[in-house]
Amino acid sequence: MRQMRRASKWTTGLIIFVMTLTFLNLVVVSGILVGLIEGAVEANKQFYTSDIIISKLEKKNFIEQSPLIENIVNSLPEVSSMSARYIESGRIEANYREAANADEIGTAGGTFVGINPEAEDALTGISRFIVEGEYLSSEDYDQILIGGYLLKRYFPVESPGFATLADVEIGDKVRITVGEVTREVGVKGIVMSKVDEVSTRVFFVDKQFRELIGRDDYNIDEISIKLVAGTDPTIVKEALIRSGVAEFARVQTFEDAQPKFLKDIKATFALLGNLISSIGLVVASITIFIVIFINAITRRKFIGILKGIGVSGRTIETSYVFQSFFYAACGSAIGVAILYGFLEPFFLAHPIDFPFSDGILVAPLSGTVIKIFILMATTIIAGYIPARMIIRRNTLDSILGRN
Amino acid sequence: MQLIQVKNLTKTFIDGEKETRVLKNIDFSAEQGEWISIMGRSGAGKSTLMYQMSLLDDPTSGEVYLFGRDTHNMSANEKTLFRLSELGFVFQDYALLPDLTALENVAVPLMMQGKYKKESYSKAETSLERVGLGHRLDNFPSQLSGGEQQRTSIARALAHNPKILFADEPTANLDNESSRTIMRLFQEVHRQGQTIIMVTHEEEYSSLSERIILLDDGKVISDKKVK
Repeated sequence: MRQMRRASKWTTGLIIFVMTLTFLNLVVVSGILVGLIEGAVEANKQFYTSDIIISKLEKKNFIEQSPLIENIVNSLPEVSSMSARYIESGRIEANYREAANADEIGTAGGTFVGINPEAEDALTGISRFIVEGEYLSSEDYDQILIGGYLLKRYFPVESPGFATLADVEIGDKVRITVGEVTREVGVKGIVMSKVDEVSTRVFFVDKQFRELIGRDDYNIDEISIKLVAGTDPTIVKEALIRSGVAEFARVQTFEDAQPKFLKDIKATFALLGNLISSIGLVVASITIFIVIFINAITRRKFIGILKGIGVSGRTIETSYVFQSFFYAACGSAIGVAILYGFLEPFFLAHPIDFPFSDGILVAPLSGTVIKIFILMATTIIAGYIPARMIIRRNTLDSILGRN
Repeated sequence: MQLIQVKNLTKTFIDGEKETRVLKNIDFSAEQGEWISIMGRSGAGKSTLMYQMSLLDDPTSGEVYLFGRDTHNMSANEKTLFRLSELGFVFQDYALLPDLTALENVAVPLMMQGKYKKESYSKAETSLERVGLGHRLDNFPSQLSGGEQQRTSIARALAHNPKILFADEPTANLDNESSRTIMRLFQEVHRQGQTIIMVTHEEEYSSLSERIILLDDGKVISDKKVK
């Protein structure tokens, strides 16, 4: 401690700075890489699945006994809000009035969703993503919201497998075909988010859509459920399954419903982050090794004196290990302060604008603690090795400065 | 009682293919309470002999017994502990730790013996007062004169009441007045029963001891009582 107190403040500051950068490199690089995917996962949860999603069974056209299931869901005290959705695939056409022949009519395939506008907005806040026009109200009739990815100006991709509509403005009439029914409806708004299930869909008011698809039994296709804050979705999922819901529908938590590719990318990005962080760890180890080696070699004579007067090599090694520990502890402490005091809140307030997500910084405390331990262990080893190399030299040679 | 017994001691330094025999079949012993001066020309092997006896170096062959114990089979750690508990050292260049005050320098070996800090500091203070440095406790070595540094070194060597005090040319870097002060200290501790093995090339100071061992070319050429 005395040695460190008497050392150059600039040198000590520089070493601690390197340790801080190493710590941040360890946590932030992988945290941002994982955060890009976590942002997508979080968006998928927040704007589509919510905490729990109930969907139709694989071989069914809708959720049977939907009213009963909705009653069960509503009876659970853990449920904060829910939104039921009718879903059908269909076709949407634009510019059919101006087109000289059928080939000039703009056509796109899409998923049509009937929603209760108030319930859906309360659950997902979808009205925030209206980029043009207005959000639906319960009284709207023959009015739709179109997902931006169905419009060429928002998604300028020419793909034979994915057609988009050109020249569709707010107030324009478009023709939709769902099953056997074709209707002309007005475009009330355009909705655009980074969640495909929002941006590739066409939204109707549920009352009209139910008539359109002939679902007069009120059976729906999807229910997203938001739980009271702090509730474990797994517990509610199990409660729903025990209530018999699983007999008519598939019950998934938001994690179950995550697309597999997201889980795979998340694992890959975590691996990449760890690989990049490892390089930082090696650099920090070499820095500490050099610092301790130079320190020990310049103090070799005094190490020799200490051994000469009877201080054991183990005690001297411990002092160098403590010195390394001090650097790593200071670097980690400053790093933690920067991480949780500035970086994490900053990225939460200003997410990285990524094409399919708003990237945040993911730095769970448990993972951070593990990384602190890794940094400490690496640093201590990096400090111990050079100290041991110098201390093992002949005591008399050290005292007399002989090689 | 015999504190030191050296039998057929040889030390050879090897540098590449060149071998230099610095000590050649040395035999001698030292009794408790003796003050022995080891003298000789530069390169005669005085300091090397002292380092072998004080366990700071390992002989090439021969035996060193301290308090009747064969030191040959002691591990490095045992030797360190032995030096800590039984031996005291005064080096030519004082060998003080520059980051520690005089008081801390003296207290280090005491704390390493497992004594509490308070006790160690108290004993260190007493030891520094004994060498006349009671007023310099909080000074760093760089703030002390050469003589004061050497007195601090002596205080450190004596603080834990070693059975043998080894001194390697303790006055070599000092002016006459400081040297005499150091020697008066040695006389005083010797009067109190301290065994001293001192390497010196100054006859004025060796004459203060009881016995002078004269080395030349790695051999004992004379071993005589002075008083």
